[in-house]
Amino acid sequence: MTLLTIDKQNWTQGLAAAADHYRLFGPVKEKDQHRFKALEKGQLPDLDLVNTRLSPKDLVFPQSEIMLTYSLDESREDHHIMKEAHTDHAPRAVVGMRPCDARAIQLVKLNFDTPDVKDPYWLKAYEATTFIGMACDTPLSTCFCTSAGCGPYNAEGLDILMMDRGGTYLAKIFTEKGKAFADTAGWNQATPEAAEAFVAAKEAAEAKMVSTISTDNLADTDLLDLHGAPFWDDIAFACLNCGTCTFTCPTCWCFDIQDEVQGKSGVRMKNWDSCMFPIFTVHTTGHNPRDTKTQRVRQRFMHKLKYFVDKYQTGIMCVGCGRCVRQCPVNIDIRRVCELMNSFKPADACVAQG
Amino acid sequence: MQNPYLPYPVRIDDITVEAEDKSLKTFKFVFLNEGDEDQFAYRAGQFAELSIPGKGEIPIGIASSPVEKGFVKFTVNRAGVVTTHLHNMRAGDRMGLRGPLGNCYPWDLLEGKNILIVGGGFAFTTLRSSIVYMLDPANRSRFGNIDVVYGARSPGMLLYKDELVEWEKRDDINMHITVDGTDDPDWKYNIGFVPPITEQKAPSGGADTYAIVCGPPIMIKFTQPVLEKLGYDHDHIIMSLENRMKCGFGMCGRCGIGKELVCKDGPVFTLNQINRTPREY
Ligand SMILES: Cc1cc2nc3c(=O)[nH]c(=O)nc-3n(C[C@H](O)[C@H](O)[C@H](O)COP(=O)(O)OP(=O)(O)OC[C@H]3O[C@@H](n4cnc5c(N)ncnc54)[C@H](O)[C@@H]3O)c2cc1C
Ligand code: SF4
Ligand code: SF4
Ligand code: FES
Repeated sequence: MTLLTIDKQNWTQGLAAAADHYRLFGPVKEKDQHRFKALEKGQLPDLDLVNTRLSPKDLVFPQSEIMLTYSLDESREDHHIMKEAHTDHAPRAVVGMRPCDARAIQLVKLNFDTPDVKDPYWLKAYEATTFIGMACDTPLSTCFCTSAGCGPYNAEGLDILMMDRGGTYLAKIFTEKGKAFADTAGWNQATPEAAEAFVAAKEAAEAKMVSTISTDNLADTDLLDLHGAPFWDDIAFACLNCGTCTFTCPTCWCFDIQDEVQGKSGVRMKNWDSCMFPIFTVHTTGHNPRDTKTQRVRQRFMHKLKYFVDKYQTGIMCVGCGRCVRQCPVNIDIRRVCELMNSFKPADACVAQG
Repeated sequence: MQNPYLPYPVRIDDITVEAEDKSLKTFKFVFLNEGDEDQFAYRAGQFAELSIPGKGEIPIGIASSPVEKGFVKFTVNRAGVVTTHLHNMRAGDRMGLRGPLGNCYPWDLLEGKNILIVGGGFAFTTLRSSIVYMLDPANRSRFGNIDVVYGARSPGMLLYKDELVEWEKRDDINMHITVDGTDDPDWKYNIGFVPPITEQKAPSGGADTYAIVCGPPIMIKFTQPVLEKLGYDHDHIIMSLENRMKCGFGMCGRCGIGKELVCKDGPVFTLNQINRTPREY
């Protein structure tokens, strides 16, 4: 690992130099919210942000992506033969993402990059991207990353982690990808004494975190007991099945595959989908294994806080970014659900049910 | 990196109307590119995604058997958008085929055992694949007794009628064909639902016997207690589940039941495994 100092002039020049070799993405202010976007030539990422409304997951997993193309024109030799669509895998970098969003991409990677099948769209985009993180000194009241396997100075999934020291940025470089980016940007001012600055800032940021969850009992509680717990109707009561929680969540990865045709040419695409939507599981016969709202809300939380825990043994499928908490129109709060699930004792259920 | 979303191009070689009401047709496909058939090496019990450019993709159980070479067959019930379009297609038309997908029946476990097959309706397709596989001269000696209970609503709704007649004549497989009802005076097989016929005709369970069950949920529900009564252990009852699918290989998240994905961890599960997952299928 290398430690660098980047002063603000160096920063601007470095990004301009990097832009010749990388497509750059970063947070940009739109009205009163920040959003991850491709940066225009000369445009700087606005790093003065709280957590963005949408996560940058769409940089590797676009909301809508063309996978295959084909022609239905029977006069053509190759009619009805599907081909892989061209996707741009030129090097790119996302500058200024939060540690929680970086860890989220690592959790999602478990799904798209498996020993037996690999999703080439997700993986090629992932491999083409350099992830440059900005440590978080201003956690929101809804952030609970420190108790969700993450933290405001967490480096997991990042090639470079930066912290803001007013006049300068300090950068830790972890990977070859990160080094290549820093070299391209001309960032090479080593600062051996700054390691303590990271430690102190990390402690200060963690101390500001007001919100925590407990997850210690989730792995040991029986899956069917939790599934049959008595609180699901209560949790789901107000849910509108709007899907906002799943679309804003950096760790939600479910998708749909749809064909779209214009004239004689067609594409097959991948689109974000959500287990909150009633048609997500409906069979052609009309039978729906998750027919009720309660079943769907339970699916979302059980997937994140139990199925994933059991399947991968790497903690919960949530990085504590707090987006779903802030944006749910009816205030359904994963922290409360986690608390109920984590403290659930099947014996209580028997007593409660008399 | 191989693209698992990219279907093999295939041509419809032949179409057989199976059911008298034309709701079921068997499609025989041949691969357009050399080498693809070898790549598509499947085992009985697996499924594939039939892919119609411009219409979509649907999961369908493979009805042909690995011992049948030169083609792959699927029997499709006309149910909605893609299946209706497929039913209107003709021999010679091109489309796509993606797979093979899912696990298969646990052939390593089944080797040397007596096999009871219980099938209802058009879910019989992957069971046909298994029967043809086991009856193949190269494989028959690797299995003990084979009993098949297969039911349909009426005689006209039975699949693969010519083959049923052939199997009926053989003495190395016991066929118990049944229909819910019929007014055909010449009907010489059973009349009645699959569960009671299973109770009357099926051999008892035991360490050497496995039951493979495939059919509509209602049939499975009523067959389960019958098999238990006959002494089949939950580890010896094997079922194939269906859930709404898209990717077919464990990524889109659609077909999950608890932590299992029907497309990847299944579609074949033992009753024991199913009992340990939420009832969301
Ligand atoms: C493992 C497995 C094996 C199977 N084997 C067989 C078999 O051997 N034979 C057989 O006949 N059937 C089989 N089926 C069932 C078969 O997959 C369905 O009957 C088939 O998918 C119906 O497709 P359809 O397009 O005609 O129906 P539709 O319901 O019209 O359409 C289904 C397709 O369109 C999409 N779709 C439909 N409605 C919507 C909507 N409102 N919003 C978004 N998307 C929508 C679906 O995602 C799907 O891709 C099997 C299913 C599974 C899971
Ligand atoms: S579940 Fe909520 S808090 Fe957790 S990662 Fe997703 S959006 Fe963030
Ligand atoms: S955001 Fe809230 S209301 Fe909307 S689906 Fe999620 S939990 Fe339900
Ligand atoms: S069909 Fe996509 S995960 Fe099973």
